[in-house]
Amino acid sequence: MRVDFSFMVGGEAGQGVQSVGFLLARMFSRGGYHVFADQDYESRVRGGHNFFRIRISTAEVGAIAEDIDILVALNKETIDLHRPKMAQGGIIVYDGDQTQGVTGDSHLLRVPLERLAEERAGGKLMINTVALGAALSLVNYDLGILEKVLEDRFGKGQVAKQNVAAAQAGYDYVQSEHKGDFHTLESCTPTDRMLLTGNEALSLGAIAAGCKFMAAYPMTPASSIMEYLAAKSEDLDLVMVHAEDEIAAINMAVGAGYAGVRAMTATSGSGLCLMVEGIGLAAITETPVVIVDGQRPGPAVGLPTRTEQADLQFVLHAHHGDFARVVLAPATVEDAFWTTVKAFNWAEKYQLPVIILTDQHLASSYATVDQFDLAKVAIDRGLLYSENDADPQEYMRHRVTKSGISPRAFPGLGEALVITDCDEHDESGHLTEDAELRTAQVRKRLRKFHPLKEEAGTPRGYGPQGAQITLVGWGSTCGAIREAVDILRRDELDVNMLHLNELWPFPTQALVDAIGKTRSTYVIESNATGQLARLIKTETGHDVGGRILKYDGRPFTPAHIVEAVRKEEG
Amino acid sequence: MVTMSDYTGLKPAWCPGCGNFGILRALNKALVEMEIEPHQVLLVSGIGQAGKLPHYTKGNVFNSLHGRPVPPAIGAKIANPELTVIAISGDGDAYGEGGNHFIHAARRNHDITYLVHNNQVYGLTKGQASPTSDFGFVTKTTPRGAANPVNPVAMAIVAGASFVARSFAGDIDHLADLIKQGIAHRGFALIDILQPCVSFNHKNTFQWYRERVHELEQEGDDRSNKRAALERALEWGEGIPIGIIYQDKLPVYEDGLPALKEQPLVRQHVDHGRVEKLLTEFT
Repeated sequence: MRVDFSFMVGGEAGQGVQSVGFLLARMFSRGGYHVFADQDYESRVRGGHNFFRIRISTAEVGAIAEDIDILVALNKETIDLHRPKMAQGGIIVYDGDQTQGVTGDSHLLRVPLERLAEERAGGKLMINTVALGAALSLVNYDLGILEKVLEDRFGKGQVAKQNVAAAQAGYDYVQSEHKGDFHTLESCTPTDRMLLTGNEALSLGAIAAGCKFMAAYPMTPASSIMEYLAAKSEDLDLVMVHAEDEIAAINMAVGAGYAGVRAMTATSGSGLCLMVEGIGLAAITETPVVIVDGQRPGPAVGLPTRTEQADLQFVLHAHHGDFARVVLAPATVEDAFWTTVKAFNWAEKYQLPVIILTDQHLASSYATVDQFDLAKVAIDRGLLYSENDADPQEYMRHRVTKSGISPRAFPGLGEALVITDCDEHDESGHLTEDAELRTAQVRKRLRKFHPLKEEAGTPRGYGPQGAQITLVGWGSTCGAIREAVDILRRDELDVNMLHLNELWPFPTQALVDAIGKTRSTYVIESNATGQLARLIKTETGHDVGGRILKYDGRPFTPAHIVEAVRKEEG
Repeated sequence: MVTMSDYTGLKPAWCPGCGNFGILRALNKALVEMEIEPHQVLLVSGIGQAGKLPHYTKGNVFNSLHGRPVPPAIGAKIANPELTVIAISGDGDAYGEGGNHFIHAARRNHDITYLVHNNQVYGLTKGQASPTSDFGFVTKTTPRGAANPVNPVAMAIVAGASFVARSFAGDIDHLADLIKQGIAHRGFALIDILQPCVSFNHKNTFQWYRERVHELEQEGDDRSNKRAALERALEWGEGIPIGIIYQDKLPVYEDGLPALKEQPLVRQHVDHGRVEKLLTEFT
């Protein structure tokens, strides 16, 4: 029997919601379960309402579920807000001593979290870990790996020991007071799967691809990328510059790229607004750069800690003038790794800006994935100039070639002078206003797009080819749509999925083929105007009538999509 | 042996008599005298008449956006610290559009040399007031006169630059000497260069500057005294001091980067053995 079980931990910012949530996820991933977890938090350091949802399964899982089996409520608000979503037989763990005004029902289970923390683990700081133990006890989970998990989190020492004592206290209390008469989950074989967020996978992808330089300015949800690279800069010999603003950040990255180093920056929508001129700088100087846009709801500051996919049309057009660019949108945590590797390769191969569109949901959601196979990480630096091929005196950075791609030399590594200009320039890189030279350079830069379009892949399909209904999505919605397809097919609807993780170059033919065959098509996006639907219309001429849109700042769930499709299909 | 002819570039498109010619000559002279070869130099410029300078000499060139020569110069310097990196701006580029970069590059003390051609007016866009235009300077965009100017050398000292100097485009030997010292200095070196604009600034002319500039002769401790340096920086009007206004040994940003200890980033390759170790931290 397949295990499909959901925990939620809720409370105020500062109560340790994130910590318990992560530890629960880690306990189950170590135990061999597939895990998907997401975080919902407000833009504040203390107070408010935050929650962390952890779904575990014996099969692959790529989205959160709406129903909650075990709710760990660190305050009353959590109970009030989430009680309606309790599954049948679900249990709410809460501190009955400290929480007033909770009206009873069969879901509620009182555990004296604060008292146990004080008596058994040295203080109130351990309340959340007592709750962790209680939650694990409710599924009779083996605590054998707990100590190691806590040591990995807190280091060997007093803090880890106190946490072990706290978890044990919660665990024992539930076992003795409530006789352990709950859900016993089918056990799994432990694996060496990784548990990591989209941003962590993206950061690892950048490092594996040989990114040596990052410059950025902190902005949710991209900050954790700069923090990760900064933390690893010594061990991995890379540089992360915390720049004065986003304009500096992208310009620094372009400077490093010009000098021959794989370079990136990361931000969110309104930070990207400031970076726009740097996109054009990279384009006209033909300098590789990778730009991560972790989308959040806009315009302007919008909802700073929440999710949306409303930057698609922006990044397709950001900057004036005609030039080639790439826009990629990782579909899953695992894909965030591989897409980032591809982004660095394409940036250098085609000497242009590559934008990676993620969003808050993917950035901060955890998933279990098989360890990335680094042997499959191929690094392609594109066409490089060698002094054996040509006299360095003759070197011209922007030589007009058949493919549009000119060999790159790097300043200071040889005699060849590397000259480039954000003014229009001639082949040598010196500024010019000559009409013919201008035309030749524009054509050359656009020509690079043809081989790029050839190299671009096809969207990922799921479900049977030629189904009557196709659900089309892009980016972080992949897991939710895929599961919706499974649910709808069990209802005997003939449905499949087409999911894009490469938005530009646009996979025109694949879309024409898919949409041409289906009776009805639904484009599913986290935005208000159907930005992918508009892109499909522009590129294929097909008007996709069906749209399932969500722009409340919260991620799609499979249940939401299922309900919307059922409503449309009658 | 490096000679002046090694630094012959394209024919300048500046107005005849422009102060930029003196700056170009002084830069070439400094590089030749330091025996730096063109391929060892990276010139990163912004937009404005000053931004064209790299095309008129020899070297690696990254002619960047308006106001932005400093950030790519920093990125390139970190990528390859073996390069002699010189950023080049005008007063609008450096102190207007690029003001934030100027402050923070000084604060972090990146190891680059920054030449600012300060003609107190916008030349390329034909004569509008700049951040350093004198108070009351009347132009098409400031018909009632310009507001108070910034004081770039005082700003640089306060922001934390470790080498702050002023020179005059009309004194090539003085300027070349300062450029040499700026390049030799470890850390962020600003050289604000008083540069007459013969087309759009009929107030701050060669003659006007010649009557006012006087050479500083500070040495040693006196030069690193920040308060005294600020006194010198604030002097403007009947007398304008030129020379090194402030210099001290301060921590250099690039020296604090462990990744640069062994060799330049640009010569390094990714070690998948070390990445493999990272992956296990997530299991």
